[in-house]
Amino acid sequence: MSSEAERSGPLPVVPFLKLPPGAEPYLEGHACGECEAVFLGARTVCSRCGARDRMETRRLADVGTLHTYSIVHRSFPGIEVPYVSAVVDLEGGGCVKGNLIGVEPDPEKIALGMRVQVVYGDALGRKDRDGNAYTSYFFEPRAAADGSAR
Amino acid sequence: MSGVYVLGIDMMKFGRFPDRTVPQLGAEAALMALDDARVTIQQVQAVYCGNIGEANAMVGQRVLHQIGQTGVPVVNCANACATGATAFREAWVAIRAGLYDVALAVGVEQMGRGLLGGGAKAGGISTEGLLGSGTMPAVFGEAGLEHTRKHGTTFEQFAKVSVKNHHHSTLNPKAMYQLETPLETVMGAEMIAYPNTKLMCSVNVDGAAAAVLVSERKARELGLARAVRVKASVLTSDPWQARDLVLPDVSTCTRNAAAQAYEMAAIGPGELDLVELHDCFATAELLHYENLGLCDDGQAGRLIDEGETALGGRIPVNVSGGLLSKGHPLGATGIANIYEVCTQLRGEAGKRQVAGARIGLTHVIGLGSACGVHVLERVAQAS
Ligand SMILES: [Zn+2]
Repeated sequence: MSSEAERSGPLPVVPFLKLPPGAEPYLEGHACGECEAVFLGARTVCSRCGARDRMETRRLADVGTLHTYSIVHRSFPGIEVPYVSAVVDLEGGGCVKGNLIGVEPDPEKIALGMRVQVVYGDALGRKDRDGNAYTSYFFEPRAAADGSAR
Repeated sequence: MSGVYVLGIDMMKFGRFPDRTVPQLGAEAALMALDDARVTIQQVQAVYCGNIGEANAMVGQRVLHQIGQTGVPVVNCANACATGATAFREAWVAIRAGLYDVALAVGVEQMGRGLLGGGAKAGGISTEGLLGSGTMPAVFGEAGLEHTRKHGTTFEQFAKVSVKNHHHSTLNPKAMYQLETPLETVMGAEMIAYPNTKLMCSVNVDGAAAAVLVSERKARELGLARAVRVKASVLTSDPWQARDLVLPDVSTCTRNAAAQAYEMAAIGPGELDLVELHDCFATAELLHYENLGLCDDGQAGRLIDEGETALGGRIPVNVSGGLLSKGHPLGATGIANIYEVCTQLRGEAGKRQVAGARIGLTHVIGLGSACGVHVLERVAQAS
Protein backbone atom coordinates (compact mmCIF):
# COMPACT_ATOMS: atom_id res chain seq x y z
CA MET A 1 0.00 0.00 0.00
CA SER A 2 1.29 3.43 -0.85
CA SER A 3 1.46 5.89 2.01
CA GLU A 4 0.31 9.49 1.74
CA ALA A 5 3.92 10.63 1.39
CA GLU A 6 4.53 8.38 -1.60
CA ARG A 7 1.39 9.57 -3.30
CA SER A 8 2.70 12.70 -4.91
CA GLY A 9 1.03 12.45 -8.35
CA PRO A 10 -2.43 13.60 -9.44
CA LEU A 11 -5.52 11.97 -7.92
CA PRO A 12 -8.12 10.05 -9.95
CA VAL A 13 -11.21 12.14 -10.76
CA VAL A 14 -13.52 9.22 -9.88
CA PRO A 15 -12.88 6.06 -7.84
CA PHE A 16 -13.36 3.82 -10.90
CA LEU A 17 -10.39 5.44 -12.66
CA LYS A 18 -7.30 3.52 -11.60
CA LEU A 19 -3.80 5.07 -11.72
CA PRO A 20 -1.36 2.24 -11.00
CA PRO A 21 2.19 3.53 -10.41
CA GLY A 22 4.43 2.95 -13.43
CA ALA A 23 1.59 1.58 -15.56
CA GLU A 24 -1.14 2.87 -17.86
CA PRO A 25 -4.33 4.23 -16.29
CA TYR A 26 -7.50 2.24 -16.80
CA LEU A 27 -11.19 2.20 -15.90
CA GLU A 28 -12.34 -0.45 -13.46
CA GLY A 29 -15.76 -2.08 -13.42
CA HIS A 30 -17.41 -4.33 -10.87
CA ALA A 31 -19.05 -7.23 -12.68
CA CYS A 32 -21.68 -9.55 -11.24
CA GLY A 33 -20.49 -13.18 -11.33
CA GLU A 34 -24.10 -14.28 -11.61
CA CYS A 35 -25.56 -12.13 -14.42
CA GLU A 36 -22.57 -10.23 -15.89
CA ALA A 37 -24.02 -6.78 -15.15
CA VAL A 38 -21.19 -4.24 -14.99
CA PHE A 39 -21.21 -1.41 -12.44
CA LEU A 40 -18.92 1.54 -11.84
CA GLY A 41 -17.76 1.59 -8.23
CA ALA A 42 -17.54 -1.07 -5.53
CA ARG A 43 -20.69 -2.74 -4.23
CA THR A 44 -21.72 -6.03 -2.68
CA VAL A 45 -25.19 -6.67 -4.13
CA CYS A 46 -26.16 -6.75 -7.81
CA SER A 47 -29.13 -4.47 -8.54
CA ARG A 48 -29.91 -6.40 -11.69
CA CYS A 49 -30.33 -9.91 -10.24
CA GLY A 50 -29.98 -9.41 -6.49
CA ALA A 51 -26.99 -11.75 -6.11
CA ARG A 52 -24.88 -11.02 -3.04
CA ASP A 53 -21.10 -11.11 -2.73
CA ARG A 54 -20.60 -12.12 -6.36
CA MET A 55 -18.94 -8.88 -7.49
CA GLU A 56 -15.56 -9.10 -9.15
CA THR A 57 -13.39 -6.22 -10.31
CA ARG A 58 -12.72 -6.09 -14.00
CA ARG A 59 -10.44 -3.92 -16.12
CA LEU A 60 -12.74 -2.24 -18.66
CA ALA A 61 -11.81 -1.85 -22.33
CA ASP A 62 -10.13 1.31 -23.61
CA VAL A 63 -12.22 1.28 -26.78
CA GLY A 64 -15.93 1.65 -27.26
CA THR A 65 -18.83 2.99 -29.30
CA LEU A 66 -20.45 6.43 -29.09
CA HIS A 67 -23.99 5.56 -28.01
CA THR A 68 -25.31 9.11 -27.79
CA TYR A 69 -24.19 12.64 -26.95
CA SER A 70 -25.23 16.23 -26.42
CA ILE A 71 -23.31 19.40 -27.26
CA VAL A 72 -23.47 21.60 -24.18
CA HIS A 73 -23.55 25.34 -24.87
CA ARG A 74 -24.84 26.54 -21.51
CA SER A 75 -23.48 25.25 -18.24
CA PHE A 76 -22.73 26.55 -14.77
CA PRO A 77 -20.58 29.65 -14.21
CA GLY A 78 -16.87 29.03 -14.74
CA ILE A 79 -17.31 25.97 -16.92
CA GLU A 80 -15.95 26.42 -20.41
CA VAL A 81 -18.42 25.76 -23.24
CA PRO A 82 -19.12 24.27 -25.69
CA TYR A 83 -18.21 20.70 -24.92
CA VAL A 84 -19.49 17.34 -26.01
CA SER A 85 -21.06 15.17 -23.30
CA ALA A 86 -20.76 11.60 -24.57
CA VAL A 87 -22.24 8.28 -23.48
CA VAL A 88 -19.95 5.43 -24.53
CA ASP A 89 -20.54 1.67 -24.48
CA LEU A 90 -17.17 0.05 -23.78
CA GLU A 91 -16.23 -3.09 -25.66
CA GLY A 92 -16.97 -6.11 -23.47
CA GLY A 93 -19.28 -4.27 -21.05
CA GLY A 94 -19.56 -1.08 -19.05
CA CYS A 95 -21.08 2.23 -20.04
CA VAL A 96 -19.41 5.53 -19.11
CA LYS A 97 -20.05 9.22 -19.62
CA GLY A 98 -17.34 11.75 -20.35
CA ASN A 99 -16.20 14.58 -22.59
CA LEU A 100 -15.64 13.71 -26.24
CA ILE A 101 -12.55 15.60 -27.38
CA GLY A 102 -10.57 15.82 -30.61
CA VAL A 103 -13.66 16.62 -32.65
CA GLU A 104 -15.46 19.87 -33.44
CA PRO A 105 -18.56 20.38 -31.30
CA ASP A 106 -20.79 20.22 -34.36
CA PRO A 107 -23.46 17.56 -35.00
CA GLU A 108 -22.28 17.36 -38.62
CA LYS A 109 -18.87 16.19 -37.39
CA ILE A 110 -19.97 13.68 -34.77
CA ALA A 111 -21.15 10.29 -35.96
CA LEU A 112 -23.46 8.35 -33.66
CA GLY A 113 -22.12 4.82 -33.30
CA MET A 114 -18.55 5.78 -34.13
CA ARG A 115 -15.64 4.02 -32.45
CA VAL A 116 -13.90 5.96 -29.71
CA GLN A 117 -10.73 5.53 -27.70
CA VAL A 118 -10.53 6.20 -23.97
CA VAL A 119 -7.60 8.56 -23.31
CA TYR A 120 -6.28 9.93 -20.02
CA GLY A 121 -4.98 13.35 -19.05
CA ASP A 122 -5.08 16.27 -16.66
CA ALA A 123 -8.56 17.24 -15.41
CA LEU A 124 -8.66 20.51 -17.39
CA GLY A 125 -6.50 22.22 -14.79
CA ARG A 126 -9.10 21.79 -12.04
CA LYS A 127 -7.70 21.50 -8.53
CA ASP A 128 -9.37 20.83 -5.19
CA ARG A 129 -9.24 23.12 -2.15
CA ASP A 130 -5.98 21.57 -1.04
CA GLY A 131 -4.37 22.26 -4.41
CA ASN A 132 -4.33 18.63 -5.57
CA ALA A 133 -4.30 18.04 -9.31
CA TYR A 134 -6.48 15.33 -10.86
CA THR A 135 -6.27 12.90 -13.73
CA SER A 136 -9.41 12.32 -15.78
CA TYR A 137 -10.48 10.22 -18.73
CA PHE A 138 -11.77 11.48 -22.08
CA PHE A 139 -12.98 9.99 -25.34
CA GLU A 140 -11.46 10.62 -28.77
CA PRO A 141 -12.67 9.46 -32.15
CA ARG A 142 -10.73 6.24 -32.81
CA ALA A 143 -9.15 7.52 -36.03
CA ALA A 144 -7.75 10.59 -34.27
CA ALA A 145 -6.50 8.49 -31.37
CA ASP A 146 -4.79 6.07 -33.73
CA GLY A 147 -2.94 8.99 -35.31
CA SER A 148 -1.68 10.41 -32.03
CA ALA A 149 1.67 9.41 -30.56
CA ARG A 150 0.75 7.10 -27.74
CA MET B 1 -62.50 -2.02 -3.42
CA SER B 2 -64.12 1.29 -4.16
CA GLY B 3 -64.09 3.11 -7.45
CA VAL B 4 -62.35 6.48 -7.15
CA TYR B 5 -63.52 9.78 -8.60
CA VAL B 6 -62.08 13.25 -8.96
CA LEU B 7 -64.86 15.44 -7.58
CA GLY B 8 -62.99 18.75 -7.66
CA ILE B 9 -59.70 19.85 -9.16
CA ASP B 10 -58.01 23.14 -9.99
CA MET B 11 -54.67 24.84 -10.50
CA MET B 12 -53.48 28.39 -10.07
CA LYS B 13 -52.09 30.21 -13.09
CA PHE B 14 -48.41 29.32 -13.11
CA GLY B 15 -45.92 32.17 -12.74
CA ARG B 16 -43.27 33.58 -10.43
CA PHE B 17 -44.33 34.45 -6.90
CA PRO B 18 -41.16 35.22 -4.94
CA ASP B 19 -43.14 37.13 -2.30
CA ARG B 20 -45.32 34.16 -1.35
CA THR B 21 -44.50 30.99 0.58
CA VAL B 22 -44.85 27.38 -0.52
CA PRO B 23 -47.71 26.71 1.94
CA GLN B 24 -49.52 29.84 0.72
CA LEU B 25 -49.36 28.64 -2.87
CA GLY B 26 -50.48 25.15 -1.85
CA ALA B 27 -53.32 26.59 0.22
CA GLU B 28 -54.59 28.65 -2.71
CA ALA B 29 -54.83 25.58 -4.95
CA ALA B 30 -56.34 23.48 -2.14
CA LEU B 31 -59.14 26.02 -1.59
CA MET B 32 -59.81 26.19 -5.32
CA ALA B 33 -60.11 22.39 -5.49
CA LEU B 34 -62.39 22.25 -2.42
CA ASP B 35 -64.64 24.93 -3.96
CA ASP B 36 -64.69 23.08 -7.27
CA ALA B 37 -65.80 19.94 -5.41
CA ARG B 38 -68.21 21.91 -3.21
CA VAL B 39 -66.82 20.32 -0.08
CA THR B 40 -65.23 21.91 2.97
CA ILE B 41 -61.91 21.17 4.62
CA GLN B 42 -63.92 19.63 7.48
CA GLN B 43 -65.10 16.90 5.12
CA VAL B 44 -61.57 15.96 4.07
CA GLN B 45 -60.36 12.83 5.88
CA ALA B 46 -56.74 12.72 4.70
CA VAL B 47 -54.26 15.00 2.91
CA TYR B 48 -51.42 14.01 0.59
CA CYS B 49 -49.00 16.79 -0.28
CA GLY B 50 -46.29 16.73 -2.94
CA ASN B 51 -43.35 19.13 -2.87
CA ILE B 52 -39.63 18.80 -3.53
CA GLY B 53 -37.96 22.06 -2.51
CA GLU B 54 -39.09 21.87 1.12
CA ALA B 55 -39.51 18.10 1.29
CA ASN B 56 -38.25 17.97 4.88
CA ALA B 57 -40.45 20.81 6.12
CA MET B 58 -43.99 19.47 6.54
CA VAL B 59 -45.56 21.39 3.69
CA GLY B 60 -48.87 19.50 3.89
CA GLN B 61 -49.37 20.41 7.53
CA ARG B 62 -48.39 24.01 6.81
CA VAL B 63 -51.04 24.10 4.08
CA LEU B 64 -53.58 23.03 6.71
CA HIS B 65 -52.22 25.70 9.04
CA GLN B 66 -53.46 28.12 6.35
CA ILE B 67 -56.84 26.58 5.58
CA GLY B 68 -57.96 24.45 8.51
CA GLN B 69 -56.18 22.35 11.16
CA THR B 70 -58.64 19.51 11.37
CA GLY B 71 -56.20 16.96 12.76
CA VAL B 72 -56.51 14.49 9.88
CA PRO B 73 -53.55 12.38 8.73
CA VAL B 74 -51.16 14.28 6.43
CA VAL B 75 -48.54 12.58 4.30
CA ASN B 76 -45.79 14.56 2.57
CA CYS B 77 -44.15 13.04 -0.46
CA ALA B 78 -41.29 13.78 -2.82
CA ASN B 79 -40.69 11.73 -5.97
CA ALA B 80 -38.80 14.06 -8.32
CA CYS B 81 -41.00 15.28 -11.19
CA ALA B 82 -43.53 12.53 -10.40
CA THR B 83 -44.18 14.09 -6.98
CA GLY B 84 -47.63 15.53 -7.72
CA ALA B 85 -48.79 12.34 -9.40
CA THR B 86 -47.50 10.37 -6.41
CA ALA B 87 -49.51 12.50 -3.96
CA PHE B 88 -52.59 12.07 -6.15
CA ARG B 89 -52.00 8.33 -6.33
CA GLU B 90 -51.56 7.96 -2.57
CA ALA B 91 -54.99 9.54 -2.14
CA TRP B 92 -56.33 7.12 -4.76
CA VAL B 93 -54.76 4.13 -2.98
CA ALA B 94 -56.31 5.07 0.36
CA ILE B 95 -59.81 5.60 -1.05
CA ARG B 96 -59.61 2.48 -3.16
CA ALA B 97 -58.62 0.53 -0.07
CA GLY B 98 -61.74 1.82 1.64
CA LEU B 99 -59.97 3.82 4.36
CA TYR B 100 -61.50 7.17 3.44
CA ASP B 101 -64.31 8.62 1.38
CA VAL B 102 -62.77 12.07 0.81
CA ALA B 103 -59.07 12.87 0.39
CA LEU B 104 -57.20 15.97 -0.76
CA ALA B 105 -54.07 15.84 -2.91
CA VAL B 106 -51.95 18.98 -3.25
CA GLY B 107 -48.88 19.55 -5.42
CA VAL B 108 -46.86 22.74 -4.98
CA GLU B 109 -43.46 24.12 -5.92
CA GLN B 110 -41.48 27.32 -5.81
CA MET B 111 -38.60 27.22 -8.28
CA GLY B 112 -35.43 29.18 -8.75
CA ARG B 113 -34.41 30.10 -12.26
CA GLY B 114 -31.71 28.41 -14.27
CA LEU B 115 -30.30 24.97 -14.92
CA LEU B 116 -31.32 21.86 -13.05
CA GLY B 117 -29.01 18.93 -12.46
CA GLY B 118 -25.25 18.76 -12.84
CA GLY B 119 -22.86 20.37 -10.42
CA ALA B 120 -21.80 16.91 -9.30
CA LYS B 121 -18.66 16.73 -7.20
CA ALA B 122 -16.39 13.73 -7.12
CA GLY B 123 -12.97 13.47 -5.57
CA GLY B 124 -13.00 17.11 -4.58
CA ILE B 125 -13.49 18.79 -7.96
CA SER B 126 -16.57 19.48 -10.05
CA THR B 127 -17.01 16.94 -12.82
CA GLU B 128 -19.48 19.06 -14.83
CA GLY B 129 -17.94 19.71 -18.24
CA LEU B 130 -15.16 17.26 -17.42
CA LEU B 131 -17.00 13.94 -17.35
CA GLY B 132 -19.67 15.14 -19.75
CA SER B 133 -22.75 16.87 -18.37
CA GLY B 134 -25.31 16.15 -15.70
CA THR B 135 -27.47 19.14 -16.62
CA MET B 136 -31.03 18.22 -17.53
CA PRO B 137 -30.98 19.82 -21.03
CA ALA B 138 -27.91 17.70 -21.87
CA VAL B 139 -29.31 14.51 -20.34
CA PHE B 140 -32.48 14.90 -22.42
CA GLY B 141 -30.39 15.95 -25.41
CA GLU B 142 -28.62 12.62 -25.11
CA ALA B 143 -31.95 10.79 -24.78
CA GLY B 144 -33.12 12.57 -27.96
CA LEU B 145 -30.05 11.68 -29.98
CA GLU B 146 -30.42 8.07 -28.86
CA HIS B 147 -33.77 8.20 -30.70
CA THR B 148 -32.05 9.86 -33.65
CA ARG B 149 -29.54 7.04 -33.75
CA LYS B 150 -32.29 4.41 -33.79
CA HIS B 151 -34.85 6.11 -36.00
CA GLY B 152 -33.23 9.07 -37.76
CA THR B 153 -35.30 11.65 -35.88
CA THR B 154 -34.20 15.19 -36.79
CA PHE B 155 -33.51 18.41 -34.86
CA GLU B 156 -36.38 19.96 -36.82
CA GLN B 157 -38.81 17.26 -35.70
CA PHE B 158 -37.83 17.78 -32.06
CA ALA B 159 -38.26 21.54 -32.54
CA LYS B 160 -41.78 21.08 -33.92
CA VAL B 161 -42.87 19.81 -30.50
CA SER B 162 -42.15 23.26 -29.06
CA VAL B 163 -43.97 25.01 -31.91
CA LYS B 164 -47.03 22.88 -31.18
CA ASN B 165 -47.02 23.17 -27.39
CA HIS B 166 -46.35 26.91 -27.40
CA HIS B 167 -49.24 27.28 -29.84
CA HIS B 168 -51.50 25.28 -27.53
CA SER B 169 -50.61 27.51 -24.59
CA THR B 170 -51.91 30.58 -26.41
CA LEU B 171 -55.33 29.01 -25.76
CA ASN B 172 -54.68 28.37 -22.06
CA PRO B 173 -55.03 31.37 -19.74
CA LYS B 174 -53.40 29.41 -16.89
CA ALA B 175 -50.18 28.82 -18.82
CA MET B 176 -47.06 30.79 -17.92
CA TYR B 177 -46.59 31.87 -21.54
CA GLN B 178 -49.08 32.60 -24.31
CA LEU B 179 -46.72 33.16 -27.21
CA GLU B 180 -46.53 31.65 -30.69
CA THR B 181 -43.04 30.40 -31.52
CA PRO B 182 -42.59 29.60 -35.23
CA LEU B 183 -40.18 26.82 -36.23
CA GLU B 184 -37.38 29.24 -37.19
CA THR B 185 -37.69 30.93 -33.81
CA VAL B 186 -37.48 27.63 -31.93
CA MET B 187 -34.55 26.32 -33.98
CA GLY B 188 -32.78 29.68 -33.91
CA ALA B 189 -33.14 30.24 -30.17
CA GLU B 190 -30.06 30.02 -27.96
CA MET B 191 -28.68 26.48 -28.05
CA ILE B 192 -28.60 25.15 -24.50
CA ALA B 193 -27.59 21.53 -25.11
CA TYR B 194 -27.93 20.22 -28.66
CA PRO B 195 -30.51 19.36 -29.81
CA ASN B 196 -32.42 21.34 -27.15
CA THR B 197 -32.60 25.11 -27.67
CA LYS B 198 -33.87 27.44 -24.98
CA LEU B 199 -37.43 27.21 -26.36
CA MET B 200 -37.22 23.40 -26.18
CA CYS B 201 -36.63 23.40 -22.41
CA SER B 202 -39.49 23.48 -19.91
CA VAL B 203 -40.08 26.69 -18.00
CA ASN B 204 -39.14 26.90 -14.31
CA VAL B 205 -42.14 28.49 -12.62
CA ASP B 206 -43.89 28.55 -9.27
CA GLY B 207 -47.29 26.97 -9.01
CA ALA B 208 -49.73 24.70 -7.27
CA ALA B 209 -52.56 22.36 -8.17
CA ALA B 210 -54.90 20.30 -6.03
CA ALA B 211 -57.59 17.64 -6.34
CA VAL B 212 -60.39 16.27 -4.17
CA LEU B 213 -60.74 12.51 -4.63
CA VAL B 214 -63.79 10.65 -3.38
CA SER B 215 -65.15 7.12 -3.15
CA GLU B 216 -67.93 5.91 -5.42
CA ARG B 217 -70.40 6.08 -2.53
CA LYS B 218 -69.45 9.69 -1.81
CA ALA B 219 -69.52 10.64 -5.49
CA ARG B 220 -73.09 9.40 -5.80
CA GLU B 221 -74.05 11.28 -2.65
CA LEU B 222 -72.44 14.57 -3.70
CA GLY B 223 -73.27 14.44 -7.40
CA LEU B 224 -71.67 12.84 -10.43
CA ALA B 225 -72.39 15.62 -12.92
CA ARG B 226 -68.81 16.90 -13.07
CA ALA B 227 -67.06 13.90 -11.55
CA VAL B 228 -64.26 12.19 -13.43
CA ARG B 229 -63.57 8.49 -12.89
CA VAL B 230 -59.98 7.39 -12.25
CA LYS B 231 -59.78 4.32 -14.43
CA ALA B 232 -56.14 3.58 -13.75
CA SER B 233 -53.42 4.80 -11.43
CA VAL B 234 -49.94 3.38 -11.86
CA LEU B 235 -46.52 4.15 -10.43
CA THR B 236 -43.32 2.45 -11.56
CA SER B 237 -39.62 2.80 -10.81
CA ASP B 238 -36.64 2.17 -13.03
CA PRO B 239 -35.80 -1.47 -13.70
CA TRP B 240 -32.09 -2.24 -14.21
CA GLN B 241 -30.65 -1.13 -17.54
CA ALA B 242 -27.06 -1.45 -18.72
CA ARG B 243 -26.62 2.32 -19.14
CA ASP B 244 -28.44 3.32 -15.94
CA LEU B 245 -25.40 4.81 -14.28
CA VAL B 246 -24.80 7.41 -16.97
CA LEU B 247 -27.94 7.70 -19.11
CA PRO B 248 -31.20 7.75 -17.15
CA ASP B 249 -33.71 5.55 -18.91
CA VAL B 250 -37.02 7.42 -19.14
CA SER B 251 -38.49 4.94 -21.58
CA THR B 252 -38.64 1.56 -19.84
CA CYS B 253 -40.44 2.75 -16.71
CA THR B 254 -42.87 4.69 -18.93
CA ARG B 255 -43.55 1.63 -21.11
CA ASN B 256 -44.09 -0.50 -18.02
CA ALA B 257 -46.44 2.06 -16.48
CA ALA B 258 -48.40 2.48 -19.72
CA ALA B 259 -48.85 -1.27 -20.15
CA GLN B 260 -50.15 -1.60 -16.59
CA ALA B 261 -52.43 1.42 -16.97
CA TYR B 262 -54.01 0.16 -20.18
CA GLU B 263 -54.58 -3.21 -18.56
CA MET B 264 -56.13 -1.69 -15.43
CA ALA B 265 -58.34 0.62 -17.49
CA ALA B 266 -59.16 -2.19 -19.92
CA ILE B 267 -58.54 0.08 -22.90
CA GLY B 268 -55.92 0.43 -25.61
CA PRO B 269 -54.08 3.61 -26.56
CA GLY B 270 -56.40 3.92 -29.57
CA GLU B 271 -59.29 4.74 -27.25
CA LEU B 272 -57.63 7.82 -25.79
CA ASP B 273 -58.99 11.22 -26.78
CA LEU B 274 -56.07 13.24 -25.41
CA VAL B 275 -52.78 12.89 -23.55
CA GLU B 276 -50.85 15.18 -21.21
CA LEU B 277 -47.32 13.79 -21.12
CA HIS B 278 -44.01 14.80 -19.57
CA ASP B 279 -42.48 17.19 -22.12
CA CYS B 280 -39.76 18.43 -19.77
CA PHE B 281 -37.75 18.88 -22.97
CA ALA B 282 -38.96 18.78 -26.56
CA THR B 283 -36.87 15.67 -27.21
CA ALA B 284 -38.70 13.79 -24.44
CA GLU B 285 -42.15 14.27 -25.97
CA LEU B 286 -41.28 12.31 -29.10
CA LEU B 287 -39.86 9.40 -27.07
CA HIS B 288 -43.06 9.21 -25.06
CA TYR B 289 -45.33 9.00 -28.16
CA GLU B 290 -43.80 5.58 -28.65
CA ASN B 291 -43.43 4.72 -24.95
CA LEU B 292 -47.16 5.36 -24.40
CA GLY B 293 -48.13 3.43 -27.54
CA LEU B 294 -49.57 6.44 -29.39
CA CYS B 295 -47.69 5.15 -32.43
CA ASP B 296 -45.37 2.31 -33.37
CA ASP B 297 -41.66 2.53 -32.56
CA GLY B 298 -39.92 4.79 -35.03
CA GLN B 299 -43.11 6.69 -35.97
CA ALA B 300 -42.86 9.60 -33.50
CA GLY B 301 -41.24 11.90 -36.06
CA ARG B 302 -44.01 11.20 -38.53
CA LEU B 303 -46.65 11.88 -35.86
CA ILE B 304 -45.35 15.38 -35.18
CA ASP B 305 -44.72 16.06 -38.90
CA GLU B 306 -48.30 15.19 -39.79
CA GLY B 307 -49.87 17.17 -36.94
CA GLU B 308 -51.54 14.13 -35.41
CA THR B 309 -50.71 15.29 -31.88
CA ALA B 310 -51.83 18.89 -32.37
CA LEU B 311 -55.23 20.15 -31.22
CA GLY B 312 -57.63 18.91 -33.92
CA GLY B 313 -55.35 15.97 -34.77
CA ARG B 314 -55.91 12.26 -34.19
CA ILE B 315 -54.53 12.24 -30.64
CA PRO B 316 -53.88 15.72 -29.24
CA VAL B 317 -50.90 15.83 -26.85
CA ASN B 318 -50.27 18.58 -24.30
CA VAL B 319 -53.12 20.86 -25.34
CA SER B 320 -52.45 22.73 -22.06
CA GLY B 321 -49.16 23.95 -23.52
CA GLY B 322 -47.27 21.27 -21.64
CA LEU B 323 -44.31 21.76 -19.37
CA LEU B 324 -42.63 23.59 -22.23
CA SER B 325 -45.02 26.52 -22.13
CA LYS B 326 -47.56 26.11 -19.33
CA GLY B 327 -44.55 25.69 -17.05
CA HIS B 328 -43.06 23.01 -14.82
CA PRO B 329 -43.32 23.60 -11.05
CA LEU B 330 -41.93 20.15 -10.23
CA GLY B 331 -44.19 19.09 -7.35
CA ALA B 332 -47.34 20.58 -8.91
CA THR B 333 -46.89 19.25 -12.45
CA GLY B 334 -48.41 15.82 -11.90
CA ILE B 335 -51.69 17.24 -10.57
CA ALA B 336 -51.74 20.09 -13.11
CA ASN B 337 -51.65 17.47 -15.89
CA ILE B 338 -54.62 15.70 -14.30
CA TYR B 339 -56.41 19.05 -14.00
CA GLU B 340 -56.03 19.61 -17.74
CA VAL B 341 -57.42 16.21 -18.64
CA CYS B 342 -60.32 16.52 -16.16
CA THR B 343 -61.14 19.98 -17.54
CA GLN B 344 -61.21 18.56 -21.05
CA LEU B 345 -63.37 15.58 -20.03
CA ARG B 346 -65.79 17.98 -18.34
CA GLY B 347 -66.00 19.93 -21.59
CA GLU B 348 -64.81 23.09 -19.82
CA ALA B 349 -61.56 23.75 -21.70
CA GLY B 350 -62.82 26.68 -23.75
CA LYS B 351 -60.85 27.48 -26.89
CA ARG B 352 -58.57 24.49 -26.48
CA GLN B 353 -61.42 21.99 -25.98
CA VAL B 354 -60.82 18.59 -27.59
CA ALA B 355 -64.22 17.91 -29.13
CA GLY B 356 -66.10 15.06 -27.46
CA ALA B 357 -63.23 14.07 -25.16
CA ARG B 358 -64.23 11.01 -23.12
CA ILE B 359 -60.97 9.33 -22.00
CA GLY B 360 -57.59 10.91 -21.34
CA LEU B 361 -54.18 9.87 -20.03
CA THR B 362 -51.63 11.74 -17.95
CA HIS B 363 -47.94 10.88 -17.65
CA VAL B 364 -45.07 12.27 -15.61
CA ILE B 365 -41.58 11.02 -15.01
CA GLY B 366 -39.09 11.95 -12.35
CA LEU B 367 -35.46 11.07 -12.93
CA GLY B 368 -34.04 8.67 -10.49
CA SER B 369 -36.65 7.34 -11.47
CA ALA B 370 -40.41 7.37 -10.92
CA CYS B 371 -43.13 7.24 -13.56
CA GLY B 372 -46.78 8.00 -12.84
CA VAL B 373 -49.59 7.30 -15.32
CA HIS B 374 -53.30 7.97 -14.81
CA VAL B 375 -56.24 7.17 -17.07
CA LEU B 376 -59.33 9.33 -16.53
CA GLU B 377 -62.84 8.98 -17.89
CA ARG B 378 -65.84 11.26 -18.15
CA VAL B 379 -68.80 10.04 -16.11
CA ALA B 380 -71.70 12.21 -17.26
CA GLN B 381 -73.21 11.65 -20.68
CA ALA B 382 -72.36 14.32 -23.22
CA SER B 383 -75.21 16.79 -23.57
ZN1 LIG C 1 -26.30 -9.87 -11.16
